[in-house]
Amino acid sequence: MTGVQGMQAGGADTAPPAAAAIELLELSRSFGPVRALDRVSLTIAPGEFFALLGPSGSGKTTCLRLIAGFDRPSDGRILLDGADVTDVPPFERNVNTVFQDYALFPHMTVAENVAYGPKVRGVAAATRHRQALEVLELVRLESLAGRTPAQLSGGQKQRVALARALVNRPKVLLLDEPLGALDLRLREEMQTELKLLQHRLGITFVFVTHDQGEALSMADRVAVFRDGRIEQLDTPRGLYVRPRTAFVARFVGSANVVEAAAAARITGTAQAFAIRPEQIEVLPDDAPLPEGAVGCSGELADIQYHGATSRWHVRLDDGLVLSAVRAEAATPGPTPQAGGRVRLAWSRDSLVPLADG
Amino acid sequence: MLRGLSAFLYGRRGFYLSLLLLPPLLWLGIVYLGSLFALLLQSFYAIDEFTARIVPTFTLATYGQLLSHPANVDIILRTLAMAVAVTLAAAVVAFPIANYMARHAGPRMKAFFYVGVMMPMWTSYLVKVYAWRLVLAKQGVLSWFVDLLGLAPALDHALSTPVIGGPSLASSYLGMFVVFVYMWLPFMILPLAAALERVPESLLQASADLGARPGQTFRQVVLPLALPGLAAGSVFTFSLTLGDYIIPSVVGAPGYFIGMMVYQQQGTAGNLPLAAAFSVVPILLIGIYLTLARRLGAFDAL
Repeated sequence: MTGVQGMQAGGADTAPPAAAAIELLELSRSFGPVRALDRVSLTIAPGEFFALLGPSGSGKTTCLRLIAGFDRPSDGRILLDGADVTDVPPFERNVNTVFQDYALFPHMTVAENVAYGPKVRGVAAATRHRQALEVLELVRLESLAGRTPAQLSGGQKQRVALARALVNRPKVLLLDEPLGALDLRLREEMQTELKLLQHRLGITFVFVTHDQGEALSMADRVAVFRDGRIEQLDTPRGLYVRPRTAFVARFVGSANVVEAAAAARITGTAQAFAIRPEQIEVLPDDAPLPEGAVGCSGELADIQYHGATSRWHVRLDDGLVLSAVRAEAATPGPTPQAGGRVRLAWSRDSLVPLADG
Repeated sequence: MLRGLSAFLYGRRGFYLSLLLLPPLLWLGIVYLGSLFALLLQSFYAIDEFTARIVPTFTLATYGQLLSHPANVDIILRTLAMAVAVTLAAAVVAFPIANYMARHAGPRMKAFFYVGVMMPMWTSYLVKVYAWRLVLAKQGVLSWFVDLLGLAPALDHALSTPVIGGPSLASSYLGMFVVFVYMWLPFMILPLAAALERVPESLLQASADLGARPGQTFRQVVLPLALPGLAAGSVFTFSLTLGDYIIPSVVGAPGYFIGMMVYQQQGTAGNLPLAAAFSVVPILLIGIYLTLARRLGAFDAL
């Protein structure tokens, strides 16, 4: 996964080139009184791995469905490769989708499923069969070409869905929670594989997820959705290091969010801020505050042991709970017991001021 | 006491299950299959020409009688042709309705449609058949309405077609066909709607996503997956038409149908073996139909 991180750093903060793969202009979609998507504008560059991240009901899936053409926007325009496709039906858009439930045709074999795209576009039987086998080879499933979807495991179905969506050589591949139904080990394996595949094919990937870890580890850029709007659009590192709002800080980095009133007590300024757990140092209660550090003390409520790291929850005197993460290796000597008093300290530079809260 | 009994039954799954299953199994075995077997047996007996008594010795004479008379073969072919026509028409009429019910209707509209489809079945069958006879009569409400639309020449043209036509809709095979389709339509709509409801929306989206036009999606995805429902519905419409004797005797041209023959042979004519042989014909035809449907892959998606 480290190689992936390195690639993201290279793409950080660079503006997408002029000919955008996808451009959304003031896109809105209302369902009755509910605005599922509220004037969303964004530009996705060709070859970019772009994530739409958000909790359920935040509008990310609505956004994907609008790009695929399964749904029509109430307002706004959609441009694919510079051409306005707002009123173009899905079967005429050069975009393919990997569905959350895979949506494999149960009455067709794996090879027939993959050859479906070329088939409905009038490609001859022999040619489309060869194309299907080529793409199945790409996802290492050529040996299962004759099976039916019912005979496949979840991970295999996922690959077939991927192969089926890639066989038409789309300009853009849309993935709707593609890894949601897989178990943890398989999910991590597929994350790496998807990333490699995207790199190799050079196709623009747009994927929807509610898993911030998945978005951070795979995407070049991430749009964080909340209540039908984009809360923040940034590189994974940007989102993690510089969350703009309390929502992003909590959702993406599981950071501690300290609201203005509590902040005044700790730092002396009524400015809400976020502080990431791994930047908080836990010291004995009587230890002196390091030079240039901000600190406060409280009662150690509990310690969650995660193996490589452990997460300490400390309840401050005003009731606010902050969590600190410590690496296993960095915890020498006897560990403090829950219920004891500890001092928390962090450097002034690691505070991230928030726009709200 | 009761707790003791519950505990006793809980530990003995097999005993408990057989206790539950025994009464319905007896019913199915004796009343249902037993009588069917008795019927089959009857068809292998023959009637004594002089005494009009059934001779209980095995013979194929009754089947010989059934197939050697051209009139009987006519009856079978006529009934078969009607059953096929009714089944096809019912499928064509039912599909859009079932599709709307399964895929597009909101919860209220869906309930309305289900009630609407089933409501005619709450009325007496005989009342409906006689009502149709009045609707289809020469001076009936249908011909009045057709006249109002200025389509009287078209109706006259249809009625002047040989075989299916006649003096009026009420006394033609065309009218009988209309009544059959009306009667069995719910039996086609309900299984079809159930089958269509089981097709996930995402399959249709995937098909469109891969470049299929709506017509291609229908042929390649919807129709194959609706086939089990279509097969189930068509078994109803096909077998109900093959066996019915009331509709052909109240509406339509005077030609006999299988059901009428069975009714007549076991009643007025008193030839129970021939009635039994006649009633074996629909069973065989449905058997052939199911085999064909299976060969064509109608049940693959089950």
